[in-house]
Amino acid sequence: MSREALVNSAALLLLVAVPVWALWADEPFTITLATRAVIFALAAAGLNIALGWGGMVSLGHAVYFGLGGYAMGVLAFHAQNYTPLMDWPFTITGTKSMPVIWLVAMISSAVAALVIGLLALRTSGVYFIMITLAFGQMVFFFAISWPTYGGEDGLSIYVRNSFPGLNTLVPIEFYGLCLSVLCVILFLNARLIRSPFGLALNAARQVPHRVETVGMNPTRLKLSALVISGAVTGLAGALFADLNRFVSPTMLSWQMSGEIMVFVIIGGVGRLFGPVVGACLFVLLEHFLGGVSEYWQVFLGLVLLGIVLFGHGGVVGMIAGRGRTHD
Amino acid sequence: MTDDVLVTHDITKSFGALRANDGVSIDLKRGEVHAIIGPNGAGKSTLIAQICGGLAPDSGTVHFLDHDVTAETVRARARMGLARTFQISALAMEDTVLQNALLGALGAAGRSWRMMRNVLKDTYLCGEALAALERVGLADQAAARTAELSHGQRRQLEVAVALTLQPRAFVMDEPMAGLGSEGSKQLTALLDELRWQAPILLVEHDMDAVFALADRISVLVYGRIIATGTVDEIRADPVVREAYLGEEA
Ligand SMILES: Nc1ncnc2c1ncn2[C@@H]1O[C@H](COP(=O)(O)OP(=O)(O)O)[C@@H](O)[C@H]1O
Ligand SMILES: [Mg+2]
Repeated sequence: MSREALVNSAALLLLVAVPVWALWADEPFTITLATRAVIFALAAAGLNIALGWGGMVSLGHAVYFGLGGYAMGVLAFHAQNYTPLMDWPFTITGTKSMPVIWLVAMISSAVAALVIGLLALRTSGVYFIMITLAFGQMVFFFAISWPTYGGEDGLSIYVRNSFPGLNTLVPIEFYGLCLSVLCVILFLNARLIRSPFGLALNAARQVPHRVETVGMNPTRLKLSALVISGAVTGLAGALFADLNRFVSPTMLSWQMSGEIMVFVIIGGVGRLFGPVVGACLFVLLEHFLGGVSEYWQVFLGLVLLGIVLFGHGGVVGMIAGRGRTHD
Repeated sequence: MTDDVLVTHDITKSFGALRANDGVSIDLKRGEVHAIIGPNGAGKSTLIAQICGGLAPDSGTVHFLDHDVTAETVRARARMGLARTFQISALAMEDTVLQNALLGALGAAGRSWRMMRNVLKDTYLCGEALAALERVGLADQAAARTAELSHGQRRQLEVAVALTLQPRAFVMDEPMAGLGSEGSKQLTALLDELRWQAPILLVEHDMDAVFALADRISVLVYGRIIATGTVDEIRADPVVREAYLGEEA
């Protein structure tokens, strides 16, 4: 087993062991913390597809995270109020079913990524970053000024949504569900990067003109990656809103985009488990340093600086050494 | 079908006031190596870009396999079998040698939308890629990271990627660039074999390679073809000697 595989296994083992311990020790807050980490990991895994393999520095992934959140919020809001989402030309009602909410979250985020990508991919470098950021701000201000769904105050959902066969109100069951979703997505992610598409995408990041001269369209490859990326982050958004039973424009803010990017950078850009390690470290730092000082983000900044300056490839890279995931 | 695989007719391309190509007409026939020589800035790379589709000519046409491809994209021409190598190696440095070769096979087979199958388990693609690596003498480096290859090996890999396209014509921009004399000799021997697979339009500064390989040579100076002929004819041409070869003597 390679060192990277060892790091990945260790991360997975901890994600299983810690909540089991917390259950045994009756520490429900630890389970909530772990759930938060797992959902952040999922959001970052989404970004990693665009950033790590597609080379697209998207500073607007909060759009997808927030859309996922609002997909949950809006559907559950109408379900708990027994009002239809729309009446005409046909009736759409709300729902409290997670699978349906996830589907809506992923589709709406994918569509948003398609639209943003079509425009942003006409540019590159700093302009790409600025366009994704600008779109993020647009959606953010739209959400703030739309009173139907709480505007600035956000939307509260009274009861967590349901999943067949589970009692999602029990923290450990909801945690298990989130962890399972993360594992499925990481598994698919691993398949994706080893696939013909992954190979082509990887080359489109490094030498787009080469990809073109062997008959493939690098922009379309990247756009597809961005759509997949957005859908995954959207799914994470739906879970995050369900964890908090609350969604607000904060989920759409540029700070959120920045945090998602920080998870990926801490853990390791273009590493399968980079987002997982990054999100877990972030949540730990937030919890422990946040308890010590209000200015914990200064420490976070220092940690980030150290990683960017001295550890190419994030924490996973520091431990596992060079070489990306596809070998 | 005529003997002409690739034809440019009266191609003109200006950058502002600069006429980089001024009425360039050349053709590439089955089984031949047609070399384009000329001093730096003569417009050779500009010509190649128009042949391969990266630049659109201001006027004139490009025909490939008896189709007018002047308006076709780089991708469409590549899929028709126009295989190009770059003056500066365009390889995915983080990937392995095999993965780079696979890229060409993948493009040719149009399989880039398969998302869930392991590309290394696709026996067809791997067969194509390995055969190309075998051909250029890189089979034993298949698992190496491209960044670890020597400059000469990268030039060979560049040719291997072109080979995986199942080419009908090669367009090579200074494949010998930066190679030592040993590397040049090796690559010359390889190109000499490849011409039987598909004709080669060869832009090259290395005169030993050009004289060894070329069936015909065209001389491009200030965007114009000033002479086309066999190696002996070009060597003997006084205008060429003055305009180009002379400065080397
Ligand atoms: N995109 C461009 N914009 C402006 N000038 C260019 C461009 N590409 C090439 N040129 C100019 O056109 C001339 C021919 O360039 P090039 O085709 O690269 O020559 P060669 O490959 O024969 O050395 C040069 O003077 C170069 O500076
Ligand atoms: Mg040139």
